[in-house]
Amino acid sequence: MQIRWAAISALTAVSAATGWGADAPRKVVVRPDLSGFYDIATLTPLTRPAALGDRLSLTDAEAKKIADEAAALRAATSKASDPNRKAPPEGGDGSEGAAGNVGGYNTVWVDTGEKNFKIDGKFRTSIITDPANGRIPPMTPEARKRAMERAKYNRPNRGDAFWITENITPGPYDDPELRPTAERCLLSFGSGGGPPMLPVLYNNLKQIVQTKDTVMILNEMVHDARIIRINGQHEPPEIRRWLGDSIGRWEGDTLVVDTTNFNDMPALSGASRNLHVIEKFKRLDDKSLLYSFTVEDPTVWTAPWSGEILWPATDQRIFEYACHEGNYSFAGILKGARILEADAEKKKAAK
Amino acid sequence: MRATFLLALALVAPLWGQVPRLPNGKPDFSGIWQALGSAHYDVERHIARHSLMLREGPHGPLPAVPLLALGAVGAVPGGMGVVEGGKIPYKPEAAKLRDENRQHWLERDPEIKCYLPGVPRANYMPFPFQILQNAKQFFIAYEYAGAVRDVYFKNPGPAETDSWMGQSVGRWEGDTLVVEVSGFNDQTWFDRSGTHHSNQLVVVERYRFLSPNHIQYEATMTDPQVFTQPWKISLPLYRRMEKDARLMDFKCVEFVEELVFGQYRRKPLPR
Repeated sequence: MQIRWAAISALTAVSAATGWGADAPRKVVVRPDLSGFYDIATLTPLTRPAALGDRLSLTDAEAKKIADEAAALRAATSKASDPNRKAPPEGGDGSEGAAGNVGGYNTVWVDTGEKNFKIDGKFRTSIITDPANGRIPPMTPEARKRAMERAKYNRPNRGDAFWITENITPGPYDDPELRPTAERCLLSFGSGGGPPMLPVLYNNLKQIVQTKDTVMILNEMVHDARIIRINGQHEPPEIRRWLGDSIGRWEGDTLVVDTTNFNDMPALSGASRNLHVIEKFKRLDDKSLLYSFTVEDPTVWTAPWSGEILWPATDQRIFEYACHEGNYSFAGILKGARILEADAEKKKAAK
Repeated sequence: MRATFLLALALVAPLWGQVPRLPNGKPDFSGIWQALGSAHYDVERHIARHSLMLREGPHGPLPAVPLLALGAVGAVPGGMGVVEGGKIPYKPEAAKLRDENRQHWLERDPEIKCYLPGVPRANYMPFPFQILQNAKQFFIAYEYAGAVRDVYFKNPGPAETDSWMGQSVGRWEGDTLVVEVSGFNDQTWFDRSGTHHSNQLVVVERYRFLSPNHIQYEATMTDPQVFTQPWKISLPLYRRMEKDARLMDFKCVEFVEELVFGQYRRKPLPR
């Protein structure tokens, strides 16, 4: 197997190229080159189905079944739609989730990969590897309480202003600031931009650009560029960032990235400003990186948790993800809520 | 005479020699850069004026009402201009639209709504940007709006779709990086002064070291729909020398939500 390497020593490079400089030539430090494009879409879920218990990997037959089912679903949903079909019923067809109601994401949008990823020759059951059951550890009591509060909001749209009838204040659509960061075009959903950088429903491309003192990782969704300062120091605590502050160091051939200084809304669901993420990038061969991570936030989870996922190289190109520029639906979401509220108030008054 | 020449060479040579280079010998533009000056207000040659949006006063122009409260902060600093010849060669109709855009600056300038800035505007906004370069890649991350550009060295052919930042294709001419940018939409401007273009715009940029800490940046704009001829801007980019220089977060989407969506709050605030 061929592994790409890059000579990453500024002083050596400059003095070698120009012959200028007071420093005597130094030993060339050769580091693996992580640069390239990666498509991290996968059928392996973040958390393991409970039925699989502590099993880290699937048999080849089980993995094939999952891939076949996904392929069958793709084929079925890729069929041309009936041009004579009737319009969807007013208020939606009752289906829920991303594809539900009056027309959400269809197969054209969705790209969750064609198979589970393989590490050490074995198909994985989940991205999470620690705890052994592949599931996120329990939340602290305070975090659980906050999550329950949020869950009151987090309901599918059934065409009614439930927050009026149930007297929930503030209502989930009262202000832009109450909506999820992805809806506002601030961050990718599902921690796609991370850290940790996880596969999501679509737009799973990453680009790495490695220079002598910096590693940049571009997340396709919402064009977030993580700029990792190699051998840097963390920023003072008053500096807070949407993607946290990332510093890197080489441990042998592995790039270790340490991220702190998040703001109050990290991309990772449930996490707080106390989130601390350690990521490791290791080139396995010319075609893939092994990406592993450990997440800790003692104000949210009772234990740290870790995972790993293969980052396969891709020839696909990243196109501009101009989200905010075309976010007409965000105005629609808020305006729609105002209409539902007016309807609910009218009904209340009629009673 | 000869001694003077040698002395001059001795003084200049270290500067020249210090231009950072990659192991493959190409100039290495990696680092944090920023333009200085008033081009982000108005790329043309101009004297200071009351405001970006004006109305007629009894004795000459005054700030338009919505900008009045800004006082001196809302005034436009003068500049010798970065456009060669001082003026953009707009066709008459296009010049009219530019003037109209100025009258409606608050509603029309994409910067006000935190939209992606386009090229070359992104390179002289009052924000730093970071170039990340290696033997195969040239990538620019901008602080403003978190805009990004990836420069292809293998031409993928005409852009498959219009975009705000365009499609960039680079090539080396000696120590100069030449980047051809095309596939733009017609939504971006060149500055805060209404300077529009069509989606036929092609920008050819040139990046060349003046010294280890200065890049001479040039961009030539061709767009037969709105300009009578191609025109060129030229300005230095300065390396940010602070020990802790870096891009900060400027995800301005959150800063414009009240402007763009505030009227749809359940309880709208005074506007």
